[in-house]
Amino acid sequence: MTGDLRDGRIVIVGASLAGLRAAETLRDEGFTGSLTVVGDEPCPPYDRPPLSKQVLLGQAAADTTGLPMRRDPDADWLLGVRATGLDPLGKRVMLADGESLSYDRLLIATGTRARPWPNPEEAALDGVFTLRTRDDAAGLAERLAAGPQRVLVVGGGFTGSEIASACRERGLDVTVTERGPAPLVGALGGTLSKLAAVMQRNHGVDLRCGVTITALRGDGNGRFIGAELSDGSRIDADVCVAALGAIRNVEWLADSGLAAGPRGIACDAGCRAFNMYGIVTDDVFVAGDVSRFPHPLFGYQMLSLEHWGNAVAQAEVAAHNMVNPGPLRRPHLALPTFWSTQFGLNIKSVGVPTFSDHVVIAQGSLEARRLTMVYGYQGRVTAAVTVNMAKSLDYYTHLIETAASFPPPPGAADRAIAADIPIPSDVPDPKQLSHGPTVALTGYLPDRRLTVVQPTG
Amino acid sequence: MTADTLLARITDYANRPDPWALYAKLREAGPVVRQADGSYVVGTYHEIAALLHDPRMSVDPRIRGKATHKPPFLRLDDPEHHRLRTLAMRPFGPPHSPGRVDAMRGEIARITEELMEVFQPGRQVDVVDDFAYPLPVTVICRLLGVPREDEPLFREWSDALVASADVRPEEDSTERDRAGDQARIEMGRYLVDLAEQRRGHPSDDMLSAFVNEPDPALRLTAEELAETAVLLLIAGHETTVNLITNGVLTLLRHPEHLDQLRRDPDLLPRAVEELLRYEPPVHMRERIPLADIDVAGTTIPQGASVVLVLASGNRDPKRFQEPDRFDPTRPDNEHLGFGSGIHLCYGAPLARIEAQAALGALLPHLGTARLVQDPPPYRQNAMLRGPRHLPIQL
Repeated sequence: MTGDLRDGRIVIVGASLAGLRAAETLRDEGFTGSLTVVGDEPCPPYDRPPLSKQVLLGQAAADTTGLPMRRDPDADWLLGVRATGLDPLGKRVMLADGESLSYDRLLIATGTRARPWPNPEEAALDGVFTLRTRDDAAGLAERLAAGPQRVLVVGGGFTGSEIASACRERGLDVTVTERGPAPLVGALGGTLSKLAAVMQRNHGVDLRCGVTITALRGDGNGRFIGAELSDGSRIDADVCVAALGAIRNVEWLADSGLAAGPRGIACDAGCRAFNMYGIVTDDVFVAGDVSRFPHPLFGYQMLSLEHWGNAVAQAEVAAHNMVNPGPLRRPHLALPTFWSTQFGLNIKSVGVPTFSDHVVIAQGSLEARRLTMVYGYQGRVTAAVTVNMAKSLDYYTHLIETAASFPPPPGAADRAIAADIPIPSDVPDPKQLSHGPTVALTGYLPDRRLTVVQPTG
Repeated sequence: MTADTLLARITDYANRPDPWALYAKLREAGPVVRQADGSYVVGTYHEIAALLHDPRMSVDPRIRGKATHKPPFLRLDDPEHHRLRTLAMRPFGPPHSPGRVDAMRGEIARITEELMEVFQPGRQVDVVDDFAYPLPVTVICRLLGVPREDEPLFREWSDALVASADVRPEEDSTERDRAGDQARIEMGRYLVDLAEQRRGHPSDDMLSAFVNEPDPALRLTAEELAETAVLLLIAGHETTVNLITNGVLTLLRHPEHLDQLRRDPDLLPRAVEELLRYEPPVHMRERIPLADIDVAGTTIPQGASVVLVLASGNRDPKRFQEPDRFDPTRPDNEHLGFGSGIHLCYGAPLARIEAQAALGALLPHLGTARLVQDPPPYRQNAMLRGPRHLPIQL
């Protein structure tokens, strides 16, 4: 059995971080069969985190963020070709160029794309951007380098905030609009979102919360010149970035019979895809942003994560499980982690901050701009976020993994007085925000309705 | 023998050449092993790592009444530790001086080349006195701005200070503490004097940078400058000596890996990481819990002395496959050679570059070299463990 699994044909759809790491791991695990990686972008796998940071600052060109390969995965790369359909019975992936690929086992790692500005005519105005791909970043960086009068960022999530931070660092005037009460509130809850708002304003961002953009204005010749807001005000700007969150690339699976929807493709802890009846497949695997998987530390809810670290960890587990028989398969249990740098702050998170009812500042203080915020749900620690205090994260990771009681025990030398008084975590319903959540709990808990899956389009 | 005398046996000078069997006993008796004197010893990787990251573990000796002066950042807790370490980092590393250590490569190579002159075929050399000691001393002198010729002066202070910081449970430490205190005060005065000479006349060294900092909010007080400079000068060479010497010793004991490195010098950075795991320069660190702390079923009471045996964690089979095998190609080598957590070695980037340069330069000469004495004579210190001399025949 094992011998068979190490041979045959494997197709990976998606040639970004998860696809590459899976391909490498398959070879590490001894897979000797044929390996094909399909990607709709024309270039080899590249890294996306620098696109909203170093690239926008002009410190790195957009085409220099190629991902280093840990080893040559000895794969056939079909780049610039979109997968358009899947026939799970015939075991074939249909491609946009009319060809098809047959497989013995398939890994789906098609990730996400940027949610476009909803009005297509306005979205097509010259000067209106989204930021997801290398080309997006190159185009936006070029506009920022040309010194626009003002940049409008729609959406105060991580991507929007990082773009605004880069603009300010370049000395550009920038307006951020967010429908929710503060930036980052959807990911970090009330207290840290207030810090984020203060940091933005201290750095000169024109931050407007509780408003939406009702229209993007053109000059009649197809150039973006400004926007109208729900409070009746107008903004003049020559660049607009719609940072509204991401859309899962699942449309090509519409007729596949897989459990693919707006929150991603549901899979088990071993990365095997479910079909629409909730039956687990044994030859279709999922990894990265496009997946939706159960996690025992968070009530076995299905998690949808848009995290770099998750893409790597899940791809490695999926690849291992693709070439190993049942009893040797591993679960994907890694704790969600992510980081962001903006406005001089280094923000790191472990666990699921939105899976919380209360928070405490366990170390440091808001005043010092250096702190550890610990999140609890029903008396146990479920997440921690550090601001300029990344070395503290390991300790809290252990508390989350062991379901330690919340609030965390006293004794830290730099423990704030406030650490003994938990306050509500104040995580809003994502529906109230401009940007989609980067972490979504998509299951059901009796006392909460965090997320309602809505059909797109 | 019972487990509650393990620390005494580990620190017994007779066991300096080979503490590894005792470390294995420590891990078997552990994870947390109480000693007869009420102190605790931990020798397993995951528990050491957990305690190094636990914000309730203090490094401040004043808690146990061991000192009255404000110690350097190595022995301070956050937030004061963070403030002073960040200030000390400004002229040394990122974000304010990102290229500083890397820019030392050329100079380190030159110093190495000069020292290599004694490595002539047929000669007997002492790797410690002829090479592994003078290299890091010269480097840290250049970096800090300390005259190299003052070495005999600060060597004496450094010896006294390092001895006073050692873990010796069986011994009355009064005299060592007194001598250490005296050395600290004299050495601090000496370094502050050097810094003061540069006030208003900045040169390209760290003492200059500290004393000429224009922003008052980022300035060290005289007392902080003394403590920081003493720490950097001592830590800048006492540990790297051991790393380089242990490296030579290990390679001569493993000729197959010596050959491998001679054939493929690109392996050197990984080989240095493996040395930091296999024969680390720092074997243990002490911590004091600020609250009762549960570790793997044992409650360590507030205020107890907790000795974390980093070198034992590096050989924990629950973390590393075949931990007693020296393997320069070892994957997943997250060793405790530089510690972990907020006190992770400040000088690690410099130590890495020095060890890579030193061993890289020595490699061509070690092909036919042999150890004159194995095991070599060791320094007294159990915490900073390394040979006092390493005579080799070229």
